[in-house]
Amino acid sequence: MLRLMTVAVLTGLLALIPAAKAEVTVNISEGVLKPTPLAIPTFEVSGGADSQLAAEITEVVQNDLISTGLFTITPESAHIQRDLSIDTQPRFADWKIIQTDALVVGEVDTVTVEGVEFIRASVRLWDVYGEEVMRLEGQAGRRFTAKPEDWRRIAHKIADTIYSRLTGEDPYFDTRIVYIAETGPKDARKTRLAIMDSDGANVKYLTTDNNLVLSPRFSPSNQQITYMSYENQEPRVYLFDIQNGRQEVLGDIKTFAPRFSRDGESVLMTKANNGNSDIYIRDLVTQEMRRLTDNPNIDVSPSMSPDGRQVVFTSDRGGSPQLYIMNVDGSPLTCPSGGRDTVCRITFGSGAYSAPVWSPRGDLIAFTKQLRGKFHIGVIGTDGEGERLLTESYLDEGPAWSPNGRVIIFAREPYAGGPRKLWSVDLTGRNLRQVPTPTEASDPAWSPLLN
Amino acid sequence: MRRTVMSSAAIALIFGAAACASKPEPEPVADTAPVSNDTAQTEPVDESDIEEPKRVMDAGPAAGSIEDFTVNVGDRVYFDLDQYRLDQDDQEILQRQAAWLESYPGVRILVAGNCDERGTREYNLALGERRANTVKNYLVSLGVDPARIETVSYGKERPIATESNQAAWALNRNGFTQIMSGAASS
Repeated sequence: MLRLMTVAVLTGLLALIPAAKAEVTVNISEGVLKPTPLAIPTFEVSGGADSQLAAEITEVVQNDLISTGLFTITPESAHIQRDLSIDTQPRFADWKIIQTDALVVGEVDTVTVEGVEFIRASVRLWDVYGEEVMRLEGQAGRRFTAKPEDWRRIAHKIADTIYSRLTGEDPYFDTRIVYIAETGPKDARKTRLAIMDSDGANVKYLTTDNNLVLSPRFSPSNQQITYMSYENQEPRVYLFDIQNGRQEVLGDIKTFAPRFSRDGESVLMTKANNGNSDIYIRDLVTQEMRRLTDNPNIDVSPSMSPDGRQVVFTSDRGGSPQLYIMNVDGSPLTCPSGGRDTVCRITFGSGAYSAPVWSPRGDLIAFTKQLRGKFHIGVIGTDGEGERLLTESYLDEGPAWSPNGRVIIFAREPYAGGPRKLWSVDLTGRNLRQVPTPTEASDPAWSPLLN
Repeated sequence: MRRTVMSSAAIALIFGAAACASKPEPEPVADTAPVSNDTAQTEPVDESDIEEPKRVMDAGPAAGSIEDFTVNVGDRVYFDLDQYRLDQDDQEILQRQAAWLESYPGVRILVAGNCDERGTREYNLALGERRANTVKNYLVSLGVDPARIETVSYGKERPIATESNQAAWALNRNGFTQIMSGAASS
């Protein structure tokens, strides 16, 4: 008999759906109130693979899935069946009795190709109550091969596969996060550009702490970062190539708040002229710098819609910082508040709105809101409707989306003078958790999925 | 500048008074106890030049030095919350800065715009640009050659007060005039 794992906020819905149609699925659109129990026994080894490595891969897979807040992992001590094999069907009764909805069976071995050793992990996902294998990308299982030093990426890919299969969402674990590592007291702060895996592992510093660096953002299409540096006391936007470590000047002096266009072929940025900040877009091929706004008030922090047609930005033209939308080509648009204009305001609540970031899905804009002495991360529809505040603290700022648009990462100073760290929260406002970093941290930005 | 002038005048007055008191005239001996309401009747005052006060080592920063500028002129103006307007106090400081820069024409400055921590990073960079430029424009209006003035915004990244309270935030919302070159050694 199949059991439906869908967690719906509307009570009673569960009972109305015929059980025969159901399988293990996790509907996360309304936020999960009760996590789905999974069993992920430590992966078996064969062919001379290291059992310690297999245990570590298993642990990374478990931690990725736990971090979503959507799953619990049944403790291994409770497992009854101890003779699992990836090649044979499990004894479903043994897993039902410990109330596991789905079972992940994995195996790690090694393969040698032209004298080079690789590690390989195979994984199958079983629907315990349905008593059948859950196909992964249309196959009866998945197998990933990588160089031994990339073992964590294998684990993230396995977790991505399971997450996607059970939720129907796009994956996001096999990604990286770039951020600003901060050290030292507030009045002598040192900053470095840093990069790490999505779970906080493998931190690397891309710059020294000689210059103030801010606002790093990933290219959506390749291994490049755009950011702002005060090198030579001349703040401007740079491009950084992660693969070869090369840095090149991208903007004139007094350019800041850069962000790639969705196709990765342009960079939006802010440029101050005689003290007044406006929005520009720079074509990375032609190097042409085109001005998008020309207003005597502050226009800053542009972010492009996924279809590449619109830009959201912060402006204080209305008297306080608020969010505005415009067409990239400068043509008029119909404003949510009525009328047609070249620029439309979309936030009208009390407080100040800034640092907008368009969701990869296109329907929402994340922002920082300052209201009555507190800071919040929130989301709002592109039509200005449905504002929701997801977090609150002394200082929450600088939201960034996971590539699947489900999770927002941001910087938090939990109380005045408290440690500035990275935190993540689900789109629903649930599952708030700290993302570990060795130093204080700010300005996180997510990479697209690695290949 | 103005403070220096005033203190010289004060010193001259004290010296004058001392010179007066140390110049006794033979007093006439009166038969009767003089009863007089005539306070206008005073000793004649001899006037003579006094020497310029000698500069004492360690008594103050060398004229034209960065320390002179910081101590005797004032290198920061402070802004109200979310504002970049200059109030009367700010204007007086900038007037002193302009006069000092006129005295030392070889000096080049960098005006930094700073913000408190109660705003977001990028918006504060833009606000700091505003503040730095407001200071620059005022100095230029007072006759300082704009070619001598660079500006930079540090947003909220360069606080001078590390506490998290109204007083610290007020200090951190500033325009900071930094001397980059051309100052006398102190």
